[in-house]
Amino acid sequence: MPAASDAERPWHEIVLATLKANKVQLVTYVPDNVLKPLIDAIHNDPFFTAFCVTREEEGLGIVTGAWMGGMRGVLMMQTSGFATLPNAIASLAVPFRIPVLLIVSERGTLGEFNYGQALVCKTMRPVLDALAVEYHGCTRLDELEQIVDRTVRQAISTQAPACLILSPLLTGGKVVKK
Amino acid sequence: MTSGHAKDRQNTKIMNRFDLTKRMVGKLKDEAVIGGIGNSNFDLWSAGRRPQNFYMLGSMGLAVPIALGVAIAQPKRKTIAIEGDGSILMQLGCLSTVAIQKPKNLIILVMDNGMYQITGGQTTATSLGVDIVAVARGLGLAQSNWAADEADFEALFDAAMKSDQPSLIASRIDNKPGVTQTVRDPDLIRETFMRGIGTKEVW
Repeated sequence: MPAASDAERPWHEIVLATLKANKVQLVTYVPDNVLKPLIDAIHNDPFFTAFCVTREEEGLGIVTGAWMGGMRGVLMMQTSGFATLPNAIASLAVPFRIPVLLIVSERGTLGEFNYGQALVCKTMRPVLDALAVEYHGCTRLDELEQIVDRTVRQAISTQAPACLILSPLLTGGKVVKK
Repeated sequence: MTSGHAKDRQNTKIMNRFDLTKRMVGKLKDEAVIGGIGNSNFDLWSAGRRPQNFYMLGSMGLAVPIALGVAIAQPKRKTIAIEGDGSILMQLGCLSTVAIQKPKNLIILVMDNGMYQITGGQTTATSLGVDIVAVARGLGLAQSNWAADEADFEALFDAAMKSDQPSLIASRIDNKPGVTQTVRDPDLIRETFMRGIGTKEVW
């Protein structure tokens, strides 16, 4: 069960603590403004090996190699980055049964100001459904620890990739400042 | 020729992928090898089955990233990625990531025939003036070299095995296809590899 204090902890603290509790040590990412506090906190925690990659596919490859070598990893990105991944998910992560964890900061909905982002967002869930990849939208602080924890456990137990979509309802998202 | 001479793509000997792969495999003990899509892994397969080999069946361009992941997870084990010129051109950014992460145990072999051989021999940029070694150096991989001939390839590989910096060795190769084709069973490939590098129990 989530801790009683989860309503007061920011989302990025909950994600970091839950990754750590599940020994997810390798963090690769393509930067995203909304993920910044999580990325910064991970870099400041010596438990993690964390670095920026040049493309999301590259991060998926690195996490795949690390898993086969005995280290758990996650790839973090924004929605448009996820849209570059279907070939690598379909020809590497799924057939080779690699439990790579994908964390996506959701752009393109709930106040999006860039039409391209809004369209890219429409492709994400259909791709995950088509590839039968387990995914969850995270919208509430009080559910977050349980969703992250159970998703990591299930991915590893079933040797299957999984995706967590961090909604603007959870993170605040990226909005145009007036 | 030995390593250290001024070499560029033009003045290197055209060699053969299967021959070079056999020479490399002959020097291995428990090192991990990631074979890139297509002929790179076909010739790795043909050069002799090793449980420490991983054969990609898709995800073009990801042999170096996969090898980097293995190298990070198992810092005491040398890890070798074999890629073609078309594949490495698709994912050049990964060379900058390797240069910045500086794994002490990663070796990248590029087999450059100047063509997308498996799709019908269409020209790649490397036969039109792009020099992969110059690109790799520009991306920060200082220890990047062309193999002048087979003996030079072996000397560069031996040096890379002893080095505590990542290395890239590019070889100009002929247009012969892979000798045989890898078994296309992703579960078997991954399971064998994980047992081969000690991540999963053998039972």
